[in-house]
Amino acid sequence: MSSSAISRDDVAHLASLARIDLSDDELDRLGAELPAILEHVKVVQQVAGDDVPPMSHPIPVANVFRADVPRPGLTPDEALAGAPASEEQRFLVPQILGEE
Amino acid sequence: MNERSSTLVPFEDALTRYEPVMGLEVHVELNTATKMFCGCATAFGAEPNTQVCPVCLGLPGALPVVNEKAVESAIRIGLALNCEIAEWCRFARKNYFYPDMPKNFQTSQYDEPIAFDGWTEVEVDGEIFRIEIERAHMEEDTGKSLHVGGSTGRIHGASHSLLDYNRAGIPLIEIVTKPIEVPGDKAPAVARAYVNHLRDLMLALGVSDARMDQGSLRADVNLSLRPSGTTTFGTRSETKNVNSFRSVERAVRFEVSRHAGILDAGGSVVQETRHFHESDGSTSAGREKSDAEDYRYFPEPDLAPVAPSRAWVDELRATLPEPPAERRKRLQSEWGFSDLDMRDTVGAGALDLVAATIEAGASPAAAKKWWLGELARRSNEQGVDIAALPITPQQVAEIQSLIDAGRINDKLARSVFDGVLAGEGSAEEVVAARGLEVVSDDGALSAAVDQAIADNPDVADKIRGGKMQAAGALIGAVMKQMRGQADAARVRELILEKLS
Ligand SMILES: [Zn+2]
Repeated sequence: MSSSAISRDDVAHLASLARIDLSDDELDRLGAELPAILEHVKVVQQVAGDDVPPMSHPIPVANVFRADVPRPGLTPDEALAGAPASEEQRFLVPQILGEE
Repeated sequence: MNERSSTLVPFEDALTRYEPVMGLEVHVELNTATKMFCGCATAFGAEPNTQVCPVCLGLPGALPVVNEKAVESAIRIGLALNCEIAEWCRFARKNYFYPDMPKNFQTSQYDEPIAFDGWTEVEVDGEIFRIEIERAHMEEDTGKSLHVGGSTGRIHGASHSLLDYNRAGIPLIEIVTKPIEVPGDKAPAVARAYVNHLRDLMLALGVSDARMDQGSLRADVNLSLRPSGTTTFGTRSETKNVNSFRSVERAVRFEVSRHAGILDAGGSVVQETRHFHESDGSTSAGREKSDAEDYRYFPEPDLAPVAPSRAWVDELRATLPEPPAERRKRLQSEWGFSDLDMRDTVGAGALDLVAATIEAGASPAAAKKWWLGELARRSNEQGVDIAALPITPQQVAEIQSLIDAGRINDKLARSVFDGVLAGEGSAEEVVAARGLEVVSDDGALSAAVDQAIADNPDVADKIRGGKMQAAGALIGAVMKQMRGQADAARVRELILEKLS
């Protein structure tokens, strides 16, 4: 991100993508706070010169693979233990709106 | 929903003014024993949430690790599609909030697919069409939702949804074509042939069950129209999860008709996702693309990059099966099929079925006769792909072997097909249960022949007088008496013995 400019509209868009319902007051506040945070993190960009390629992984390794051999996972009870609600051995989620 | 009520323009009429451009995205579910990033099993149809673990449930602190076999399959698919294989590539997070992925992102590949820039060829009516492949990338499948409280299991009107994550994390390869520009009248058949061809390829590679009816092969059909003779692409619609070869063809035809209706009326096509309806071959609007398309992709920090060595790629290249076009040529000469026989077989989607039937012991002529006759007719009547009929090539070969052994005839075989298709068991079991065996007991046959001779003295006299061709009438009478359950050749022998 070359510029840290992030508008109130950007915050509203990100909030809607993340399904976070923000009030007008919160949008105002985050619209001011987020640019400050980004500005702060931007210091890192000053350290990286042209000779430092961007990285996505802290360790320079590749091809970390697993053999295709099944391993026991969780039982349905264990899997559902943390779910707020379940039904018919499935995770129950509230009505999904505005899709399909 | 912003469904337009534009009229549909008949397909042939639309082609007088517009040219379709297609793009096909096919998802292939790999048949690995475990998921893409965890050791959970992948069996189809298991009880809900019995094949899950912290990784595929997206629990905090879980660390995904790539399934080597899935990467191997991805590379082999890429090579079979004449793709370049990336020297180095990464996974990426495709972020979206929807309960079919408990992690709130799908691990996919974004701008670094493992395979890219390939091509393949499909045949329609004896003509070869080259399809350019944009990319084939690795990703993972999503969980299955069950919408409760709506009228037909649809999301609309549902009070809540139930999630089974057994499928979440199963390896998928998404294969994306470049724009396909073929003569409009061929477009639906080319789309179908391409998806059918991918299925054959996946089966030949042994990397997937590639069953459209079970969702292990799924096609998205992108389509746009442009005025004939122009080169700029129009706005496309994306019809999702078209679940049979026949539906691929129908979806293309429908979208051509629909787009033409909108354009004729001076409207503009909306770029959106559409759903295909098996019942009437139509599509309906899903969500509009604009707001949903922002997936905020970024490289997956929990997974190391994949950098297949050239030695590994060469090793995998050596395991590729014979390319389908060469295989077709070889089989055609081995079977002694004419070009037309071969075209019909391929066109019916029955090449592998016929091949497997011949491998199981039937003659090429017999295998072709049943698959392209009796079974093709039933698949058309039922509107299902021929490969989805509940009968195996081994069962077809078994029925033919009963015919060859003189235990049933062609007419009885049709009843045996009925029984096998109805799930009544093997051919032998159906013959026994339905009492279909031809009567080989000479005593019963002999009595029936005597009766037929007594009933038809004129005919009998003609045969006595040397008019052998008259025997047909007596054979018919005997077969009728035996309700078809007699070996016609034996009946003929008996008649001639008695009257000579
Ligand atoms: Zn798992």
